[in-house]
Amino acid sequence: MSAVDAKAQARTEALPTTEMTINMGPQHPSTHGVLRVELRTDGEVVSNARPDVGYLHRGLEKIGERLTYAQFMPFTDRLDYLAGMNCNCAYAWAVEKLANIEVPERAEYIRVIVCELNRISSHLISFGSFTADMGAFTPFLYSIRERERVNDLFEDICGNRLTYNYARIGGVSGDLPPDFIEKTKEFLDYFEPKIDEYNELISYNKIFVNRLANIAVVSAAEAVAYGLTGPNLRGSGVAFDLRRDEPYSVYPKLDFKVCVGTGERGKLGDCFDRYMVRINEMRESIKIVRQAIAQIPEGPVLAKVPRLFKPAAAEVYVRTECPRGETGFYLVSDGTVNPYRLKIRTGSFVSMNIFEPITKGLMIADIVAVIGSLDIILPEIDR
Amino acid sequence: MEPKDIFDALKARFGDAVAELQGEAFRPPFVVVSPKSVLDVARFLRDDPGLAFDSLMCLSGVDYKDRLAVAYHLHSLRAKHRIGIKVFLPREAPSLPSVDAVWPAANFMEREAYDMYGIVFEGSKDLRRILLPEDWEGHPLRKDYKYPEFYHGIKV
Amino acid sequence: MSHDPAHAASAPAAVPGSIGPEANILVGKADWFMNWSRKSSLWYLLFATACCGIELMQTGASRYDLDRFGAVFRATPRQADLMIVAGTITHKMAERVKRLYDQMPEPKYVLSMGSCANTGGPFYKDSYCVVKGVDLIIPVDVYVPGCPPRPEALIDGIMKLQKIIMQKRNFAAKA
Repeated sequence: MSAVDAKAQARTEALPTTEMTINMGPQHPSTHGVLRVELRTDGEVVSNARPDVGYLHRGLEKIGERLTYAQFMPFTDRLDYLAGMNCNCAYAWAVEKLANIEVPERAEYIRVIVCELNRISSHLISFGSFTADMGAFTPFLYSIRERERVNDLFEDICGNRLTYNYARIGGVSGDLPPDFIEKTKEFLDYFEPKIDEYNELISYNKIFVNRLANIAVVSAAEAVAYGLTGPNLRGSGVAFDLRRDEPYSVYPKLDFKVCVGTGERGKLGDCFDRYMVRINEMRESIKIVRQAIAQIPEGPVLAKVPRLFKPAAAEVYVRTECPRGETGFYLVSDGTVNPYRLKIRTGSFVSMNIFEPITKGLMIADIVAVIGSLDIILPEIDR
Repeated sequence: MEPKDIFDALKARFGDAVAELQGEAFRPPFVVVSPKSVLDVARFLRDDPGLAFDSLMCLSGVDYKDRLAVAYHLHSLRAKHRIGIKVFLPREAPSLPSVDAVWPAANFMEREAYDMYGIVFEGSKDLRRILLPEDWEGHPLRKDYKYPEFYHGIKV
Repeated sequence: MSHDPAHAASAPAAVPGSIGPEANILVGKADWFMNWSRKSSLWYLLFATACCGIELMQTGASRYDLDRFGAVFRATPRQADLMIVAGTITHKMAERVKRLYDQMPEPKYVLSMGSCANTGGPFYKDSYCVVKGVDLIIPVDVYVPGCPPRPEALIDGIMKLQKIIMQKRNFAAKA
């Protein structure tokens, strides 16, 4: 960054220039949704990049107060649509903790299987769109090819490819189809070597590395203070993963590594580290799914919960590890069938706090790299 | 540390500013503090080596019918414990100091609480509406909010 | 120019005794020719707001390839002739949608994809900031239902739009 600063300094002294205010978005091919960034630039070097969000604010929290707990489940899909299963299950776990509902073990295993498969497909899109933003269009087609196979698996389970609405309060809506386990094993065997293929294709490509290394370095202390979670936090070297450190569901019975950034190609905590954490997490998710398939017991998949159930008056905050960070539900119940307050805390929303500080002094093209490496998604930010 | 110990530590340090511990049926339990003392309590929670709350998990506004509240959920990566802080505010002109100097993660969440409830965070480095358009009227998540008829000529 | 029999069949038959198929000449109406070229290269604006945007991307990508219809995505409205409104339109976004539509050159078409763009979708009843249908802002040619619509449904919508385009009369005298 200091080389860029020095060059900018020299340029400023040589020619008189004025600052430009450029608007990036809300419709822009590389902003992962309708994000608007107000750029103040001196030529190509950004002096301030202020994000402007809210273009997809649909009032989910107000809607939640008007619906019953079970009726809100489809809306959690639209919260982070690339990780629909994760958000469904996060909400289900939160309500179950609020109302002290016991979930059958088979349902918990199914939830973990679909959550990890969804983590794979979410990281695939993040990988594909990030490389497309960087200018390489081919990896996007490869990743969608793999993602379509995951979509097929999910279509077998619940009938939908994107907005699944699969989890229910107390379990999941239906049991796995008879040949699901074999198809999943086939997919995992097919997919595992593909990750190495992606690394050979693009990850260590000189141009790609040059575009990402040493860009937007976030130190570990900054990452924690600014509330980063998930791969963004782990990319800065902080080994904190809710699945291991605050385990929920059947994660204590599963063995997996927590992927942390290592400063492979630049300073620790740059865009490249965050990118590699996601690639490595896909490998760990494969391991988790294999173990879960081997350990899954027989049994019911849905606990007996009345459709219009009234939990006792209580307040809980439950957080789970979603592909984009921690998704936390702060539920306040007043004893009626509707939640009194349903606050959704998402990884992408809080990650935007750090956007303005770390983009000072970068080039305009690097802004695109930062947005992609933070892996934000607008419905999570705007709800 | 257990929530009761955290409450005792805060009570010992801040006395009357710390009101009560909402323990049963609240997970994590909430320590209720007075609005004026929020910034000092926040600094103490972050800097004290035994407490070490370095991570603000969530900041949300709540509208209890007779009063508003701001609920902070805190977590410590080192000490691995969590606690909640709750601040009750009156419905007219609710305001309290901002904690974004202590936890920069608070900035966007405070803007959201301002946008949705009208709670003013004094000393915030940037307090503007975040999710709704700048010229939106009203604060939607309040329980007495009436949906507008039209916005810029489009039916709501 | 193709001498594909299917296309030749839709044009009036060549004058008997004149040039045969090996001469690469197609005879037809100017209207038909312009509409055929327009429908075969519908460049769509990459305008994806919410979940339907992902289905749009997947429709344009590996398995359901939109490129075989000649439809490539363009980032700027100045080079697009089809706007696929994929996703929820909120009040904050509404003005920008109108501006993007105005920036597209004629002839332009709008395809409303998914429930949210059709009528406001699942946010119809309780949301305070969702526009209940993008046709409150811009004129829509085709509505594709679904939440999100399957890629096959979107392709069906684009083919219906192609039928609409084929029926346009470009040289009709204004009545």
